[in-house]
Amino acid sequence: MAAPGVEERAAFADAMALLGALIGAGIGLALLLGSRDSGMAFHGLLFMLAGLLAAAFILQRSFDGNEPPEASNDYMDGPIRVATIAAVIWGIAGFIVGDVIAWQLAFPALNLDLPWTSFGRLRPLHTSAVIFAFGGNVLIATSLYVVQRTCHARLPGRWAPWFVVWGYQLFIAIAGTGYLLGITQSKEYAEPEWYADLWLTIVWVVYLLVFLGTLAKRKEPHIYVANWFFLAFIVTIAMLHLVNNATIPVSLTNPKSYIVYSGVQDAMTQWWYGHNAVGFFLTAGFLGIMYYFIPKRVERPVYSYRLSIVHFWTLIFLYIWAGPHHLHYTALPDWAQTLGMTFSIMLWMPSWGGMINGLMTLSGAWDKLRTDPVVRLLVVSVAFYGMSTFEGPVMSIKSVNSLSHYTDWTIGHVHSGALGWVAMVSFGAIYCLVPWLWGRRGLYSMRLVEWHFWTATIGILLYITAMWVSGITQGLMWRAYDKLGFLQYSFIETVEAMKPYYMIRAVGGLLFLIGALIMAYNVWRTVRGDEPVDAADQPRIAAAPELRLAPAE
Amino acid sequence: MTYETIATISQVTSLLLFIAMFATVLAYALWPRNGPRFEAAQRRALDLGRGPDGDTGGSGQ
Repeated sequence: MAAPGVEERAAFADAMALLGALIGAGIGLALLLGSRDSGMAFHGLLFMLAGLLAAAFILQRSFDGNEPPEASNDYMDGPIRVATIAAVIWGIAGFIVGDVIAWQLAFPALNLDLPWTSFGRLRPLHTSAVIFAFGGNVLIATSLYVVQRTCHARLPGRWAPWFVVWGYQLFIAIAGTGYLLGITQSKEYAEPEWYADLWLTIVWVVYLLVFLGTLAKRKEPHIYVANWFFLAFIVTIAMLHLVNNATIPVSLTNPKSYIVYSGVQDAMTQWWYGHNAVGFFLTAGFLGIMYYFIPKRVERPVYSYRLSIVHFWTLIFLYIWAGPHHLHYTALPDWAQTLGMTFSIMLWMPSWGGMINGLMTLSGAWDKLRTDPVVRLLVVSVAFYGMSTFEGPVMSIKSVNSLSHYTDWTIGHVHSGALGWVAMVSFGAIYCLVPWLWGRRGLYSMRLVEWHFWTATIGILLYITAMWVSGITQGLMWRAYDKLGFLQYSFIETVEAMKPYYMIRAVGGLLFLIGALIMAYNVWRTVRGDEPVDAADQPRIAAAPELRLAPAE
Repeated sequence: MTYETIATISQVTSLLLFIAMFATVLAYALWPRNGPRFEAAQRRALDLGRGPDGDTGGSGQ
């Protein structure tokens, strides 16, 4: 029996959450009726429906009494399950759009001559879907899972974690539909307009409070290193988001807004944001995943905990300065460009220190690479991390950048990091999490994980090798002069030369997408409760904690 | 005060600050007494070496 005070507090929390949901629905209704822009009115409708659904959800949960009160000692996994499923769904959506635009580049007729399906609108839809919808949900799921397990404490709040997860999905829906309708502030990786940004700010602050609240309740005196990386990710993204989205809306019922910075200051702020989205969203957050899921899956401690501490502090102190390397040979002052380049090169040290730490955690257990494809996904992702963090600093060197910038080499580099590192470590984490969260004996099929691993790996290799050749070809053709000093090639000739590589890249992307579909099927069968078809091939750690057998030793 | 003077002062100050921060991090990470503490802490955080009974994985709600 819960103490009376606890029940009263729960009822108060329910009332407040209901009030919040209804206020949200009211704001949505006001936008729906008040905005003369059809896109913004549509977003008002979305917001209103989300508020009403949230109110219904709160009422239903509150009255059927299944929700354990806040003081419960169990971990809170419901929102984590939602974020895990959302990651799989958004991942597939993002990969499909990515592959569609890859085919559009090879065959421009696939633009369909419609504004909504043009490359210019689909491209931000792809980048946001894979980075923020897929990657963001993976980060929310893993960070909330890891912080509870490593602190031995439940997430605080009765509704706050639910708000974080569903509020984030609403942000994704508003941002994504906005791009298709032509609502964008045209800042790369920060396209959502001011009202979507404000909504994300609220969600993110609650996320930070939930995370900090769990740390505050921890039963372990030491905060495990994965949580440091997750916290750096949450705090830095909040800071980047606020500074880079400092805009003034035309009016409260108009989606358009204007940034407060001008000219080169705007460019520098944008790439300070852009590069740290790579550094803190796509790197620090996913390193948190590496530092929990690799040791956990291979059941041995991190190779060097001391190195992980040095890794953390050096990474966060250096990354924040690397942004100017996106603006080489522009109006940005030369010293700032050199500063960005220098810090990028220094980043080799923490990046490789971290990679070695992740890989060496397997020392004495290398056989697991052969026997457990989930370990292989995690380890190959770290190898790609090492490769792309070697390539990045090379490309930040001004003389290399003069060849590589504006070419497909950059696209290849980004994808070796995004597909090879971020997505592969996410797949590994999802394969770990699903049986653990749904209380299953293992994954439905390990053979399907093998298939996913190989289709994805071959897809990535086709993608990045095609882009290397394409990018360097482009760079060399753009700077080729004839003996009279004229440019040797017209621009359209360089476009024509890209065609075979664009087709290879699109095939690579298709293989990667097929791998993700295999994962979705495997996850669905596991969640549904189908018995594993190859239980004997799965390590004991694949099972949910309560179903694990004692270690063999 | 000229631009050059300000630039030099800020560059030298930030260089020294970075060296000091790096030295602090190294001292914390490598301090002999911290080593065993880190090892014990990470084993507890990861629930390693305690078997299923000590594994507070829990079933969630």
